Amino acid sequence: MRQAAPVWVVVVALLLIWESATRFLEIPRYLLPAPSAVARALVDSLDVLIRVHSRVTLLEAGVGLVTAVALGIAVGSLLHLVPLLRRAFYPLIIISQTIPSIVLVPLLVIWFGYGMLPKLLIVVIACFFPIAVAVVDGLGSADAARLKLLRSMGASPWQEFILVKLPTALPSLFTGLRVAATYAVMAAVIGEWMGADAGLGMYIVRSAHSFRTEQVFAGIVLISLYSVLLFKIVDWARHVILPWERYVTEQQATREQKT
Amino acid sequence: MIGLPRLRVHGVSKAFPYDGGSLLTLDGVSFDVAPEEFVAIIGPSGCGKSTLLEIICGLQSADAGWIEIDGRRAESPGKQVAYMPQADLLFPWRRTLDNIILPQIVQGVPKKEAEAKARKWLPLFGLEDFERAYPGQLSGGMRQRAALLRTFLTERDIVALDEPFGALDSQTRRRLQEWLAGLHGELGRTILLVTHDVEEAILLADRVIVLSSRPARVVEEIEVALPRPRSPLASAFVELKGRILGSLDRTGTMG
Repeated sequence: MRQAAPVWVVVVALLLIWESATRFLEIPRYLLPAPSAVARALVDSLDVLIRVHSRVTLLEAGVGLVTAVALGIAVGSLLHLVPLLRRAFYPLIIISQTIPSIVLVPLLVIWFGYGMLPKLLIVVIACFFPIAVAVVDGLGSADAARLKLLRSMGASPWQEFILVKLPTALPSLFTGLRVAATYAVMAAVIGEWMGADAGLGMYIVRSAHSFRTEQVFAGIVLISLYSVLLFKIVDWARHVILPWERYVTEQQATREQKT
Repeated sequence: MIGLPRLRVHGVSKAFPYDGGSLLTLDGVSFDVAPEEFVAIIGPSGCGKSTLLEIICGLQSADAGWIEIDGRRAESPGKQVAYMPQADLLFPWRRTLDNIILPQIVQGVPKKEAEAKARKWLPLFGLEDFERAYPGQLSGGMRQRAALLRTFLTERDIVALDEPFGALDSQTRRRLQEWLAGLHGELGRTILLVTHDVEEAILLADRVIVLSSRPARVVEEIEVALPRPRSPLASAFVELKGRILGSLDRTGTMG
């Protein structure tokens, strides 16, 4: 907590500057509302924001992320296990990452309409690639000496996968998951821009059209809150699932590289 | 040597591709190891000792020659030889006890049974308070001991150790050497120890096989007929050490 203190000082300072700037410079509310106005808007519509809009957006982000994780692990493992598939598809996966998945939103709307499905799909697409790539990289980075040792014990290829490759890939998977978690809420929100019945993205667009700028900010505050929350959940899960990571010191890592 | 050797290394040669050509590493290496014998293999660094051990364990194939175990050509890896590589190679994500029982898990022994068996040995290896620790929490000596115990619980008649004490400080090394000498007496395994430490070889082995520098050939086989426990200060020990060092000197530079 003490380490985080400087951050909070900066945040409070920025909020104060922002608040006083909007007051003293008399910036119109529709251009830049004061933080206090944003807070009021947040409190006023908190009920509908949480019960309606957040619920929809978080559902899209959550279900999409979980689907992407399952797909990413399955496809990543398959690409690792079948070299021919890896050579055929892995370069395409890398290249396709250069396309911002957001630009697919209009297409998905044409194909699947305005329901929840295209939003789920865009979250899955955005989150799938970092996870699949992390899984392929992680599985491939298994230590050759450890695999050899396991073979000397008479291990089957399946045991090699379960006992060495999968545990080696987990830290990498979590790093990919961290990236995917930040994409998930963003992808859901942008998916809603093209048209939706509810959701934080739809709320922001509708507020912007009616120049309720303080509501736009209220939506932004919630979105960043949820992104941080998801991020923290991933870190917490990593801590719980990979307790041994705390004890692998840098010294050991370099020593193992040498041998 | 009376009766059938447990292990027979028969004319093993191995070359590696190198710089467009090929580099001959092992050149017709042959020797026998009797049941329950403790044999040390010594030779200059980079002479192919580790390669030889991996061929004996079935992890690499020989270009020429073969390995016989109990009179039969050796089969796929993991069936007959327990192997301890140079690095401890503990799995950082498994607790110490889970690491130690790994070979038994691979062989399909039920976890409870494997754990019960391993726990009996923890005190002797000085690991009884650390069974739930991760390898990252152990000292280098403890990690090495855990790796050694893991190797001995592999339940094979032949144990192949590749410089098991290389990375340790001299005090820990001495203690582990004493352990190994005692274990050999108690367990009745056939042990093959690769080392570049002449003193270690004489301290532990019944016989020392001296390899030449690359390509490795067997230069000399020296019986160590000293009573145990052995002291490096005894005159017979020193004399033998001088003889082996001389043999190594003739093979090329000691690494």
